[in-house]
Amino acid sequence: MSDTHDHDHDGGHHPRPLSPIEARVRAVESLLLEKGLVSSDAIDRVVSAYEKDIGPLNGARAVARAWRDPQFKKRLLDDATAALRELGIGGLQGEHMIAVENTSKVHNVVVCTLCSCYPWPVLGLPPAWYKSAPYRSRMVKEPRAVLDEFGVKLDPSVEVRVWDSSAEIRYMVLPIRPKGGEGFGEEELAKLVTRDSMIGVATVALPR
Amino acid sequence: MADSKLDRLTGAAAVPRKNGELVFDAPWQSRAFGLAVGLAERGVFDWEEFRSRLIAAVRESGADPGASPATLYYQQWLSALEALLCEKGLLEARDVATRASQFASGERDEAF
Repeated sequence: MSDTHDHDHDGGHHPRPLSPIEARVRAVESLLLEKGLVSSDAIDRVVSAYEKDIGPLNGARAVARAWRDPQFKKRLLDDATAALRELGIGGLQGEHMIAVENTSKVHNVVVCTLCSCYPWPVLGLPPAWYKSAPYRSRMVKEPRAVLDEFGVKLDPSVEVRVWDSSAEIRYMVLPIRPKGGEGFGEEELAKLVTRDSMIGVATVALPR
Repeated sequence: MADSKLDRLTGAAAVPRKNGELVFDAPWQSRAFGLAVGLAERGVFDWEEFRSRLIAAVRESGADPGASPATLYYQQWLSALEALLCEKGLLEARDVATRASQFASGERDEAF
Protein backbone atom coordinates (compact mmCIF):
# COMPACT_ATOMS: atom_id res chain seq x y z
CA MET A 1 0.00 0.00 0.00
CA SER A 2 2.84 2.35 0.62
CA ASP A 3 3.47 2.60 -3.11
CA THR A 4 0.10 4.26 -3.61
CA HIS A 5 0.79 6.73 -0.88
CA ASP A 6 2.44 9.57 -2.64
CA HIS A 7 2.96 11.79 0.38
CA ASP A 8 5.90 9.77 1.61
CA HIS A 9 8.59 10.36 -0.92
CA ASP A 10 11.21 9.02 1.42
CA GLY A 11 9.77 5.55 0.99
CA GLY A 12 9.17 4.99 4.66
CA HIS A 13 12.54 6.14 5.88
CA HIS A 14 12.52 9.12 8.10
CA PRO A 15 15.75 11.04 7.79
CA ARG A 16 14.48 13.45 10.40
CA PRO A 17 12.51 12.67 13.52
CA LEU A 18 8.76 13.09 13.27
CA SER A 19 7.36 16.17 14.92
CA PRO A 20 4.91 15.53 17.78
CA ILE A 21 1.90 16.28 15.58
CA GLU A 22 3.16 14.06 12.75
CA ALA A 23 3.67 11.27 15.24
CA ARG A 24 0.15 11.74 16.59
CA VAL A 25 -1.47 11.51 13.16
CA ARG A 26 0.57 8.38 12.44
CA ALA A 27 -0.44 6.94 15.79
CA VAL A 28 -4.14 7.53 15.15
CA GLU A 29 -3.93 6.14 11.62
CA SER A 30 -1.95 3.11 12.69
CA LEU A 31 -4.34 2.25 15.55
CA LEU A 32 -7.36 2.65 13.25
CA LEU A 33 -5.71 0.49 10.60
CA GLU A 34 -5.21 -2.25 13.17
CA LYS A 35 -8.86 -2.07 14.08
CA GLY A 36 -9.81 -2.28 10.43
CA LEU A 37 -11.67 1.03 10.58
CA VAL A 38 -9.73 2.63 7.73
CA SER A 39 -7.35 1.64 5.01
CA SER A 40 -4.45 3.71 3.74
CA ASP A 41 -5.83 3.42 0.23
CA ALA A 42 -9.16 4.80 1.32
CA ILE A 43 -7.48 7.81 2.91
CA ASP A 44 -5.43 8.39 -0.23
CA ARG A 45 -8.58 8.24 -2.30
CA VAL A 46 -10.40 10.72 -0.09
CA VAL A 47 -7.55 13.20 -0.17
CA SER A 48 -7.05 13.01 -3.90
CA ALA A 49 -10.79 13.23 -4.59
CA TYR A 50 -11.03 16.40 -2.54
CA GLU A 51 -7.87 17.86 -3.98
CA LYS A 52 -9.28 17.44 -7.46
CA ASP A 53 -12.90 18.03 -6.58
CA ILE A 54 -14.27 20.90 -8.61
CA GLY A 55 -17.20 21.10 -6.25
CA PRO A 56 -20.84 21.13 -7.15
CA LEU A 57 -22.03 23.66 -9.64
CA ASN A 58 -24.26 25.26 -7.08
CA GLY A 59 -24.68 28.26 -9.31
CA ALA A 60 -26.36 26.11 -11.97
CA ARG A 61 -29.29 25.49 -9.65
CA ALA A 62 -29.67 29.21 -9.09
CA VAL A 63 -29.59 29.89 -12.83
CA ALA A 64 -32.21 27.23 -13.54
CA ARG A 65 -34.43 28.56 -10.76
CA ALA A 66 -34.09 32.10 -12.09
CA TRP A 67 -35.07 30.98 -15.59
CA ARG A 68 -38.26 29.42 -14.30
CA ASP A 69 -39.18 31.74 -11.46
CA PRO A 70 -39.28 35.49 -12.28
CA GLN A 71 -39.59 36.40 -8.60
CA PHE A 72 -36.45 34.45 -7.76
CA LYS A 73 -34.68 35.98 -10.73
CA LYS A 74 -35.49 39.44 -9.43
CA ARG A 75 -34.13 38.52 -6.00
CA LEU A 76 -31.01 37.01 -7.54
CA LEU A 77 -30.28 40.16 -9.51
CA ASP A 78 -31.12 42.40 -6.54
CA ASP A 79 -29.09 40.56 -3.93
CA ALA A 80 -27.43 37.39 -5.13
CA THR A 81 -25.88 36.61 -1.74
CA ALA A 82 -29.32 36.41 -0.14
CA ALA A 83 -30.94 34.62 -3.09
CA LEU A 84 -28.21 31.96 -3.13
CA ARG A 85 -28.63 31.51 0.59
CA GLU A 86 -32.31 30.72 -0.04
CA LEU A 87 -31.10 27.72 -2.03
CA GLY A 88 -28.77 26.70 0.77
CA ILE A 89 -25.72 27.91 -1.09
CA GLY A 90 -23.51 29.45 1.50
CA GLY A 91 -19.85 29.22 2.37
CA LEU A 92 -19.06 32.64 0.99
CA GLN A 93 -16.53 33.96 3.42
CA GLY A 94 -17.49 37.57 3.72
CA GLU A 95 -17.62 38.15 -0.03
CA HIS A 96 -20.64 39.74 -1.56
CA MET A 97 -22.06 37.96 -4.57
CA ILE A 98 -23.49 39.82 -7.55
CA ALA A 99 -25.33 38.18 -10.44
CA VAL A 100 -25.30 39.95 -13.80
CA GLU A 101 -27.80 39.06 -16.51
CA ASN A 102 -26.99 38.36 -20.12
CA THR A 103 -29.58 39.62 -22.57
CA SER A 104 -29.83 40.09 -26.31
CA LYS A 105 -28.20 43.49 -25.79
CA VAL A 106 -25.60 42.84 -23.09
CA HIS A 107 -23.07 40.09 -22.62
CA ASN A 108 -21.33 39.88 -19.24
CA VAL A 109 -18.05 38.19 -18.48
CA VAL A 110 -16.11 37.84 -15.25
CA VAL A 111 -12.41 38.14 -14.62
CA CYS A 112 -10.14 38.92 -11.72
CA THR A 113 -7.45 41.24 -13.01
CA LEU A 114 -5.43 41.46 -9.80
CA CYS A 115 -5.21 37.83 -8.82
CA SER A 116 -7.79 35.10 -9.21
CA CYS A 117 -10.78 35.93 -7.00
CA TYR A 118 -13.53 33.46 -7.79
CA PRO A 119 -16.80 32.49 -6.11
CA TRP A 120 -15.84 28.86 -5.49
CA PRO A 121 -18.76 27.95 -3.20
CA VAL A 122 -21.03 28.85 -6.10
CA LEU A 123 -18.99 27.78 -9.12
CA GLY A 124 -16.67 25.10 -7.78
CA LEU A 125 -12.96 25.34 -8.43
CA PRO A 126 -11.80 27.84 -11.01
CA PRO A 127 -10.48 26.55 -14.32
CA ALA A 128 -6.73 26.88 -14.81
CA TRP A 129 -7.09 29.51 -17.52
CA TYR A 130 -9.03 31.78 -15.17
CA LYS A 131 -5.86 32.24 -13.16
CA SER A 132 -3.63 32.72 -16.19
CA ALA A 133 -2.07 36.10 -16.83
CA PRO A 134 -3.16 36.24 -20.52
CA TYR A 135 -6.84 35.71 -19.65
CA ARG A 136 -6.70 38.26 -16.88
CA SER A 137 -5.06 40.98 -18.95
CA ARG A 138 -6.62 40.29 -22.33
CA MET A 139 -10.20 39.97 -21.12
CA VAL A 140 -10.07 43.63 -20.12
CA LYS A 141 -8.23 44.91 -23.19
CA GLU A 142 -9.88 42.87 -25.92
CA PRO A 143 -12.86 41.01 -24.50
CA ARG A 144 -14.46 40.39 -27.88
CA ALA A 145 -11.36 38.70 -29.23
CA VAL A 146 -11.03 36.50 -26.13
CA LEU A 147 -14.72 35.61 -26.22
CA ASP A 148 -14.39 34.74 -29.87
CA GLU A 149 -11.55 32.34 -29.02
CA PHE A 150 -13.81 30.73 -26.44
CA GLY A 151 -16.38 30.27 -29.18
CA VAL A 152 -18.75 33.02 -28.11
CA LYS A 153 -19.73 34.85 -31.30
CA LEU A 154 -21.39 38.13 -30.47
CA ASP A 155 -23.22 40.48 -32.75
CA PRO A 156 -21.34 43.80 -32.95
CA SER A 157 -24.42 45.49 -31.49
CA VAL A 158 -24.10 43.53 -28.25
CA GLU A 159 -22.42 45.47 -25.47
CA VAL A 160 -19.74 43.51 -23.60
CA ARG A 161 -19.40 44.22 -19.89
CA VAL A 162 -16.35 42.91 -18.07
CA TRP A 163 -16.67 42.51 -14.31
CA ASP A 164 -13.56 42.49 -12.17
CA SER A 165 -13.90 40.23 -9.14
CA SER A 166 -12.23 41.28 -5.95
CA ALA A 167 -11.76 40.00 -2.45
CA GLU A 168 -15.03 41.69 -1.47
CA ILE A 169 -17.20 41.22 -4.54
CA ARG A 170 -17.60 38.09 -6.64
CA TYR A 171 -19.67 37.90 -9.79
CA MET A 172 -21.63 35.24 -11.58
CA VAL A 173 -23.30 35.52 -14.94
CA LEU A 174 -26.95 34.63 -15.44
CA PRO A 175 -26.78 33.28 -18.99
CA ILE A 176 -29.56 33.52 -21.57
CA ARG A 177 -32.01 30.64 -21.33
CA PRO A 178 -31.62 28.44 -24.38
CA LYS A 179 -34.44 28.29 -26.88
CA GLY A 180 -36.20 24.97 -27.12
CA GLY A 181 -36.06 24.06 -23.44
CA GLU A 182 -39.44 25.58 -22.61
CA GLY A 183 -40.84 22.41 -21.12
CA PHE A 184 -37.74 21.63 -19.09
CA GLY A 185 -37.89 21.34 -15.33
CA GLU A 186 -35.42 22.99 -13.03
CA GLU A 187 -33.21 19.95 -12.75
CA GLU A 188 -33.03 19.44 -16.51
CA LEU A 189 -32.20 23.09 -17.01
CA ALA A 190 -29.54 23.06 -14.30
CA LYS A 191 -27.75 20.27 -16.15
CA LEU A 192 -27.37 22.52 -19.19
CA VAL A 193 -25.69 25.29 -17.22
CA THR A 194 -21.92 25.02 -17.38
CA ARG A 195 -19.31 26.65 -15.24
CA ASP A 196 -18.02 28.55 -18.26
CA SER A 197 -21.46 29.96 -19.00
CA MET A 198 -21.59 31.40 -15.48
CA ILE A 199 -18.17 33.00 -15.98
CA GLY A 200 -19.47 34.38 -19.26
CA VAL A 201 -17.09 32.64 -21.68
CA ALA A 202 -19.78 30.30 -23.02
CA THR A 203 -23.46 30.37 -23.82
CA VAL A 204 -25.98 27.74 -22.85
CA ALA A 205 -27.33 25.50 -25.56
CA LEU A 206 -29.54 22.45 -25.71
CA PRO A 207 -27.71 19.21 -26.39
CA ARG A 208 -27.87 18.33 -30.06
CA MET B 1 -21.89 15.15 -3.05
CA ALA B 2 -18.45 15.02 -1.61
CA ASP B 3 -18.37 18.71 -0.98
CA SER B 4 -21.45 19.02 1.17
CA LYS B 5 -19.44 17.82 4.16
CA LEU B 6 -17.03 20.68 3.78
CA ASP B 7 -19.80 23.15 2.99
CA ARG B 8 -21.19 22.47 6.44
CA LEU B 9 -17.97 23.68 8.03
CA THR B 10 -18.35 27.42 8.13
CA GLY B 11 -16.76 30.40 9.86
CA ALA B 12 -13.71 29.53 11.94
CA ALA B 13 -14.42 25.83 11.37
CA ALA B 14 -14.19 26.17 7.57
CA VAL B 15 -11.36 24.21 5.95
CA PRO B 16 -8.47 26.43 4.83
CA ARG B 17 -8.69 27.10 1.12
CA LYS B 18 -6.98 29.19 -1.42
CA ASN B 19 -9.09 29.94 -4.42
CA GLY B 20 -11.35 27.07 -3.58
CA GLU B 21 -8.58 24.54 -3.41
CA LEU B 22 -7.78 22.85 -0.14
CA VAL B 23 -4.61 24.09 1.50
CA PHE B 24 -2.33 21.62 3.23
CA ASP B 25 1.02 22.86 4.50
CA ALA B 26 2.31 19.39 5.29
CA PRO B 27 1.41 15.78 4.53
CA TRP B 28 0.20 15.12 8.09
CA GLN B 29 -2.55 17.68 7.50
CA SER B 30 -3.94 15.93 4.45
CA ARG B 31 -3.65 12.63 6.35
CA ALA B 32 -5.71 14.01 9.22
CA PHE B 33 -8.20 15.39 6.72
CA GLY B 34 -8.49 12.07 4.88
CA LEU B 35 -8.91 10.13 8.12
CA ALA B 36 -11.88 12.14 9.34
CA VAL B 37 -13.63 12.31 5.97
CA GLY B 38 -12.90 8.65 5.24
CA LEU B 39 -14.24 7.49 8.61
CA ALA B 40 -17.40 9.53 8.13
CA GLU B 41 -17.84 8.11 4.63
CA ARG B 42 -17.60 4.61 6.09
CA GLY B 43 -20.26 5.49 8.64
CA VAL B 44 -17.92 5.16 11.63
CA PHE B 45 -19.43 8.43 12.82
CA ASP B 46 -21.82 11.04 11.52
CA TRP B 47 -20.26 14.10 9.96
CA GLU B 48 -22.41 16.19 12.28
CA GLU B 49 -20.74 14.58 15.31
CA PHE B 50 -17.34 15.48 13.94
CA ARG B 51 -18.45 18.95 12.99
CA SER B 52 -19.61 19.78 16.52
CA ARG B 53 -16.31 18.51 18.02
CA LEU B 54 -14.38 20.55 15.48
CA ILE B 55 -16.28 23.71 16.36
CA ALA B 56 -15.58 23.04 20.05
CA ALA B 57 -11.89 22.41 19.34
CA VAL B 58 -11.62 25.63 17.33
CA ARG B 59 -13.32 27.53 20.14
CA GLU B 60 -11.11 26.08 22.86
CA SER B 61 -7.86 26.37 21.00
CA GLY B 62 -5.80 29.43 21.77
CA ALA B 63 -4.22 31.46 19.02
CA ASP B 64 -0.76 30.32 18.06
CA PRO B 65 0.92 33.23 16.30
CA GLY B 66 3.81 30.99 15.29
CA ALA B 67 1.64 28.49 13.41
CA SER B 68 0.31 28.91 9.89
CA PRO B 69 -3.49 28.99 9.59
CA ALA B 70 -3.56 25.50 8.07
CA THR B 71 -1.28 24.11 10.79
CA LEU B 72 -3.43 25.55 13.56
CA TYR B 73 -6.60 24.40 11.85
CA TYR B 74 -5.49 20.80 11.36
CA GLN B 75 -4.20 20.64 14.94
CA GLN B 76 -7.75 21.48 15.98
CA TRP B 77 -9.08 19.03 13.42
CA LEU B 78 -6.94 16.22 14.84
CA SER B 79 -7.94 17.07 18.42
CA ALA B 80 -11.60 16.91 17.39
CA LEU B 81 -11.09 13.58 15.65
CA GLU B 82 -9.26 12.05 18.61
CA ALA B 83 -11.88 13.33 21.04
CA LEU B 84 -14.71 11.83 19.01
CA LEU B 85 -13.00 8.47 18.52
CA CYS B 86 -12.17 8.29 22.24
CA GLU B 87 -15.76 9.13 23.19
CA LYS B 88 -16.95 6.36 20.92
CA GLY B 89 -14.55 3.93 22.54
CA LEU B 90 -12.72 3.37 19.25
CA LEU B 91 -9.47 4.83 20.55
CA GLU B 92 -7.85 5.17 23.95
CA ALA B 93 -6.01 8.41 24.57
CA ARG B 94 -3.35 6.37 26.36
CA ASP B 95 -2.77 4.17 23.31
CA VAL B 96 -2.47 7.18 21.04
CA ALA B 97 0.12 8.75 23.35
CA THR B 98 2.12 5.54 23.57
CA ARG B 99 2.09 4.91 19.88
CA ALA B 100 2.89 8.53 19.06
CA SER B 101 5.98 8.36 21.23
CA GLN B 102 7.00 5.16 19.45
CA PHE B 103 6.73 6.94 16.11
CA ALA B 104 8.48 10.04 17.43
CA SER B 105 11.40 8.03 18.78
CA GLY B 106 11.71 5.93 15.64
CA GLU B 107 10.93 2.74 17.57
CA ARG B 108 8.03 2.31 15.17
CA ASP B 109 8.58 3.19 11.55
CA GLU B 110 5.99 1.57 9.37
CA ALA B 111 5.27 3.34 6.18
CA PHE B 112 1.70 3.89 5.13
